[in-house]
Amino acid sequence: MQLDLSLMDSLLQKYKGQEDALITMLQEIQGIYSYLPEDALDRLSLNTGVSLSQIYSVATFYAQFYLKPRGRSTIRICRGTACHVRGGNRILDTVERELGIKEGETSADLEFSLETVACIGACALAPTMVIGETTYGKMTSNRVAEIFRQRRNKE
Amino acid sequence: MNKQEQVGNHDKKIIIVCHGTGCVSSDSPLVLKTLQQHITEQALDNIDTKFSGCHGCCEQGPIVIVEPEGIFYAQVKVDDVPEIVENHLKNNRPVERLFYKDPNTKEAIAHYRDIPFYAKQQRVILRNCGHINPEIIDDYVAVGGYEALQKALKMTPDEVIAEVKKAGLRGRGGAGFPTAQKWEFCRRSPGEQKYMVCNADEGDPGAFMDRSTLEADPHSVVEGMTIAAYAIGASKGYFYVRAEYPLAVKRLRVAIQQAEGRHYIGDNILGSGFSCKLYVKEGAGAFVCGEETALLASIEGKRGAPRPRPPFPAVSGLWGKPTTIDNVKSLANIPVIISHGADWYSAIGTEKSKGTAVFALTGNVSNSGLIEVPMGITLRQIIYDIGGGIPGGKAFKAVQIGGPSGGCLPESALDLPIDFDSLSKAGAMMGSGGMVVMNQDTCMVDTARFFLNFTQSESCGKCVPCRVGTNRMLEILTRITKGLGTESDIELLLRMADVVKNTSLCGLGQTSPNPILTTIKYFREEYDEHVNSRRCRAGVCKALINYYIEPSKCQACQICFRQCPVSAIEGSKGTIHIIDQDKCTKCGTCIAVCPARFSAVIVISGEPVPTAPPENERAVVRAKAEK
Repeated sequence: MQLDLSLMDSLLQKYKGQEDALITMLQEIQGIYSYLPEDALDRLSLNTGVSLSQIYSVATFYAQFYLKPRGRSTIRICRGTACHVRGGNRILDTVERELGIKEGETSADLEFSLETVACIGACALAPTMVIGETTYGKMTSNRVAEIFRQRRNKE
Repeated sequence: MNKQEQVGNHDKKIIIVCHGTGCVSSDSPLVLKTLQQHITEQALDNIDTKFSGCHGCCEQGPIVIVEPEGIFYAQVKVDDVPEIVENHLKNNRPVERLFYKDPNTKEAIAHYRDIPFYAKQQRVILRNCGHINPEIIDDYVAVGGYEALQKALKMTPDEVIAEVKKAGLRGRGGAGFPTAQKWEFCRRSPGEQKYMVCNADEGDPGAFMDRSTLEADPHSVVEGMTIAAYAIGASKGYFYVRAEYPLAVKRLRVAIQQAEGRHYIGDNILGSGFSCKLYVKEGAGAFVCGEETALLASIEGKRGAPRPRPPFPAVSGLWGKPTTIDNVKSLANIPVIISHGADWYSAIGTEKSKGTAVFALTGNVSNSGLIEVPMGITLRQIIYDIGGGIPGGKAFKAVQIGGPSGGCLPESALDLPIDFDSLSKAGAMMGSGGMVVMNQDTCMVDTARFFLNFTQSESCGKCVPCRVGTNRMLEILTRITKGLGTESDIELLLRMADVVKNTSLCGLGQTSPNPILTTIKYFREEYDEHVNSRRCRAGVCKALINYYIEPSKCQACQICFRQCPVSAIEGSKGTIHIIDQDKCTKCGTCIAVCPARFSAVIVISGEPVPTAPPENERAVVRAKAEK
């Protein structure tokens, strides 16, 4: 798949000369391509004069950045304390079983990426899971299966 | 008891639908939309609708409140809307079916103010949460918003600092450092350019009060920030917010824009000659960025690694300039202190910890949610009076306070009056204010392992004690939870905890051993059981447990048989089910799906699994049907 690097033009223009904007620019690049493609980072380095090693040091430090293509939807399983106490691990097990992938992996059809998150801040609804932008609270193994069944039926 | 009481029809009614994250994920926007449709269709012109931020009682969401009478509806669904409109809004007969039910007495309570969850709280920081529309500045101004800023601008910066000092405000970020002292350092530091930073990088798993405050009442934080900037002499301020909180980021941006429009921030604020611009910076997912020097590095666009102090940020902070960093809740306190005065504020709380504390009360407790209480209240009052106790008839085991930096306190600590100092003394800390209640089904060794797993993966790797120490401690804890631990492991843990605590570079490493130290201190017997008898009394550590179906209780209903994901259950209609221990992956599905009236699946730990009944004894003995 050919990458359209011209999509970066406006953000390179917008943050020109701003020394503190590296993280913000990486966030916007990821917003465009859903991950940080090597070619895009090359261009970012050439354009801003920030060395590629420095860009990578930041891109690999923060959990939010991905260097590999992502699934169309991201599933986040909360591993906060409240979720843990109310059985969050079982939810992760069930989702892993349903999708046949492990935490940190993307399904072969690029439909889902599965990850865990430290806390989504909806502790009263523990255990929780987020698919895309939708938060699902008070999860049980059965509800996980039910949610995937519904999604499959919609397709 | 309030029964469908008649309410006078003299006032215009306002319906407030909660749009906190909890309620939104249980469909509250659709409830509001449906309400608005019905009201428009039926041309009810004496009724206003609006949404608010988090009410705190997230367990009961979606929450709908009808003012002025203060009726509180819990768990409202879209289908309930017509009944609310018809009975309550049109005929003044509140819908009792939707009232909050006390989890213990089952009594229905009509009014917001009578619900024990709220009645025992004292809301200062969360004063407006759930009552105003966070995206409308006039709502905030109507409750006295930005009056404190106007008052502060007429005082000198030193007078503002003196007032905050007199109030005794201590930083709500966790360690409890006096806020005014921090401001004073920064004000006195030489330098033209100074910065004000708000730390909203709430990274603790199990705490969400900064998020709720920003989502429900962003203007109070913006106002507090501007007053703080005035006090220290900063012309620029940054909010550092977690990127995982998109709604908080959005509302904060809206609030800043609106405040700029009214000249509460920007150039020459309200004609005072003081100028201050505020910016929002989104974090990128690193827990260590809650540490102030790491946070500053992140704002500068670098890796969020902490650096040794001194120099403190008050001397050399953002881009080497004097900088003050305050937590969201500290800043939300400022407008109240300035408006009501230091004396009013310092009357709340204990001698050394003034004001209130906000806790995210979660875990195995009936009313989980966001609460605010005066300092000095006991844990027992919080967990039992406000939280409604432990659900499901289970026993209390521990309460974890302060997240990965805090500790687990046992039953004997429940009558401790809580403030910054008493919690530190007990081995926990105020931290971010996460308060997770744990019942008998929580394993304390696993809990320590859980937190270490978190700190270990969030360690930035800069200093050796934290990078290597958390890793090694996690290895030992994992070994113990797998039943491979030895007696000397516990002593080794204690020694390593001591080294990591005393030699790590920043707070993340220094406090990471707290969960281990407190669980060993208060729950040593659980460690010993794991090591000596391979037993996990809570039935959590997979390597130490087996699921077993009690033949005398199994009714061969086939539910577990059908749902077992690895087909490890053998049985048929009329034949007692048996779990094949070699196939079982211990996922816990069987125990979760076994009907409560049978409760045939049990957890066995620390002793051999009984042999299965022979084939000729596997016919089900039916429990007598109750008439």
